[in-house]
Amino acid sequence: MRITQGCFSFLPDLTDEQITAQVEYCLGRDWAIGVEYTDDPHPRNTYWEMWGNPMFDLRDAKGVMMELEDCRKAHPEAYIRLNAFDSTRGLETVTMSFIVNRPTVEPTFLMTRTEVAGRRMNYTLTARRT
Amino acid sequence: MSLDTAETAPPGDIDLRAEFESSGVAGVLADLDRELTGLKPVKARIRETAALLLVDRARRSLGLAQDTPTLHMCFTGNPGTGKTTVALKMAGLLHRLGYVRKGHLISVTRDDLVGQYIGHTAPKTKEILKKAMGGVLFIDEAYYLYRPDNERDYGQEAIEILLQVMENNRDDLVVILAGYADRMDLFFRSNPGFRSRIAHHIDFPDYSDAELLTISERMLEGQSYRLSAGARAAVTEYIALRRAQPHFANARSLRNALDRARLRQASRLFEAGGRVNAATLSTIEAEDIRASRVFSGGLDQERPHD
Repeated sequence: MRITQGCFSFLPDLTDEQITAQVEYCLGRDWAIGVEYTDDPHPRNTYWEMWGNPMFDLRDAKGVMMELEDCRKAHPEAYIRLNAFDSTRGLETVTMSFIVNRPTVEPTFLMTRTEVAGRRMNYTLTARRT
Repeated sequence: MSLDTAETAPPGDIDLRAEFESSGVAGVLADLDRELTGLKPVKARIRETAALLLVDRARRSLGLAQDTPTLHMCFTGNPGTGKTTVALKMAGLLHRLGYVRKGHLISVTRDDLVGQYIGHTAPKTKEILKKAMGGVLFIDEAYYLYRPDNERDYGQEAIEILLQVMENNRDDLVVILAGYADRMDLFFRSNPGFRSRIAHHIDFPDYSDAELLTISERMLEGQSYRLSAGARAAVTEYIALRRAQPHFANARSLRNALDRARLRQASRLFEAGGRVNAATLSTIEAEDIRASRVFSGGLDQERPHD
């Protein structure tokens, strides 16, 4: 099942050229870019692994693309996303985030319904590699 | 892009003069001529390089050449001869011509590239390279990267990464190495990979006494100071004396001397007390210069204070 989250989630996967353009946009606004990856695509998983430190003082997107290339080489079958962090005082938050790499076979999700007290229904999503 | 050029200009016809003006290269070269005293051979070389790149760009727009030319450079010369300043101008020039995307200059030395322990060097060098992407990486005193006396020195690792990036990312960044001529030669002899990847060697000559005097006056002018007639004579004498003494660093020595002269001028005015006007505040007198240790035997002499 195709995982969608972050910006551009309803578009087809971005090409490297498009990623470069997006990164240029972020750098133009003085946002710091961080590369993160995970093999657990569950939507509630907010803790992705960091690939190196966020890059705070780059001038050109090539630096990010080099890191992304390294990360892809090391984890070709992982989800990789780029986070743009806005360090403006008072904001200090991730302002943009998009997926730039996904495994060839994406997991499907199994939904388990559990009936609890008072006929209430609890739903659990479990990622399933096929 | 090919469509645009086909519509605006007949193919096979490029006005080099117009390109020269419109790309802003003319402005950079004029700046260089105006702001830097002396350095005739350097200016000539930069003019040549600019012409080469301009022609190369014209050739590429006509489809006569595809490859990015090798732009890595080596600036050799004694300290204080303007290598960093010229590198800054070069970054601007390459940016105007479209050979680097951003045109910023990252100036580093060995300490910024080489790590302290095993496994520290590669990330450190990569970090700097990432910052320099799209611009110019200026490595001052590059020969310190290679320490022939210690074969386990981490500098070698930095050199290998640099060489790889210089080859693979020619479109993304330009590396300029700088240092003393003789030690750079030694460095290149022990690292033949570098020599072959560097196309432009530019040698910075020492400034003549007259040029150094012009430079000092310009430096003072920039800070709204001026030399009195006596001080001018004193500076001329100072330059001749200072040159013969050890650790002479051309324009940099002069800048330091002038900074100290300003200090002496300030304390002289303060001691004298009374009223001052713009003229006295901005004039450096002969006595401010002549108090220098250089006139009393040089730097080897015992310092009068501390």
